[in-house]
Amino acid sequence: MGLDLSFFTWDLVKNFLVGGLVFSVELTLIAMAGGIVFGTLLALMRLSGRSWLALPAAAYVNTMRSIPLVMVILWFFLLIPFAIGRPIGAEWSAIITFTAFESAYYSEIMRAGVQSVVRGQVDAAYALVLTYGQTMRLIVLPQAFRNMLPILLTQTIILFQDTSLVYAIGAYDLLKGFETAGKNFNRPVEAYLLAAVVYFVICYTLSTSVKRLQVRIAIIR
Amino acid sequence: MNFRWEWEVFIRDTGGDETYLEWMFSAWGWTLSVAGCAWLVALAFGAVIGTLRTVPSPWLERLAIAWVELFRNIPLLVHLFLWYHVIPALVTPLREVPSFLLVVFALGFFTSARVAEQVRAGIQSLARGQRYAGLALGLTLPQTYRFVLLPMAFRIVLPPLTSEAMNIIKNSSVAFAVSVAELTMFAMQAQEETSRGIEVYLAVTGLYALSAFSVNRAMALVERKVRVPGYVGGER
Repeated sequence: MGLDLSFFTWDLVKNFLVGGLVFSVELTLIAMAGGIVFGTLLALMRLSGRSWLALPAAAYVNTMRSIPLVMVILWFFLLIPFAIGRPIGAEWSAIITFTAFESAYYSEIMRAGVQSVVRGQVDAAYALVLTYGQTMRLIVLPQAFRNMLPILLTQTIILFQDTSLVYAIGAYDLLKGFETAGKNFNRPVEAYLLAAVVYFVICYTLSTSVKRLQVRIAIIR
Repeated sequence: MNFRWEWEVFIRDTGGDETYLEWMFSAWGWTLSVAGCAWLVALAFGAVIGTLRTVPSPWLERLAIAWVELFRNIPLLVHLFLWYHVIPALVTPLREVPSFLLVVFALGFFTSARVAEQVRAGIQSLARGQRYAGLALGLTLPQTYRFVLLPMAFRIVLPPLTSEAMNIIKNSSVAFAVSVAELTMFAMQAQEETSRGIEVYLAVTGLYALSAFSVNRAMALVERKVRVPGYVGGER
């Protein structure tokens, strides 16, 4: 059979795709921001040297990392209404799930980042009578963040790809938009092909820019 | 909150002459076979593509780069839909192929790009002298790869390959989207039919964790078996 792309019009983009794309991007950005904040906290807990902080953080991170994301999505979709006592939409459930899930992955990156800061920096900060909080906020975390920036962004590209898994709970994201359009116009084959092209263009552009950034911000030691 | 455990759900009949427990174990079997077969595809293609990225031929290298970028920049679920909806529509003979095989190739090719990157890194981490020594001994380039470079490279990249092998078990869960009767599909359907989501999800999550852990141990065993004395973590 031949491909027929004539159904792909601006109206279709407006009616089916824009909403999905906006949600996918929103979900990615919120989960990235939340994930980096909570991930950094988790990393600091694990590096604190106090077992009552380190153990729960390690348990959380390892549990999240050993379960398939689809199962995590299903778990949260089941448990959140149970916990708050009323139903919650698939979109909100996805936002909470991805923030919680990505925190575990960002935390491993931030942990490596903090450990990449040379010991002398911390000693110097303490010698200047900075508190632990000040040392972290002013000395260690900015350097950790900078060292890890390319990896954090690469993880965000993976996160953007993973958002397509909200398919499991029927949230309306970019992929769902293509699928719905394909069903409505009875052109599923072309719709899935276009979805692949759009994801590829977005992710390829982003990963190329991350590579460029990596070269630009590399610290010459 | 008044929640009561109801593990009896697993001995309940599904209405199809089996209990939910039996259904779950057959689903586990599907998960393991999808992941296992896809892993073989990923290893085979990953080894070839990863090797091609290091050979002295710009065209082969470009081909390998294209392969890796293609699979790294499109979400797995979209790949799955390409294999399930698009390719059989364009290549008619493939319409007879069961969805199990389509999932195996989608997941296997997707993972092969990651394996290829590891293999490439492994080959590039070897001292340049190894390649020259092989060629100087009169081995052809393929022989140099076969007998000198790849055996060492694979040993070096075993640890990252272990995490890829664990990832492939987790990633096999997307097969639910094309109705392969694996664990995630079971979890969704059983929770719908029985409303005992927590028990069902706990059991399924446990099986995923158990599978990933077993893969981890199995790969550790392989790592011990194949290590070279005096090299790459051989003698401690």
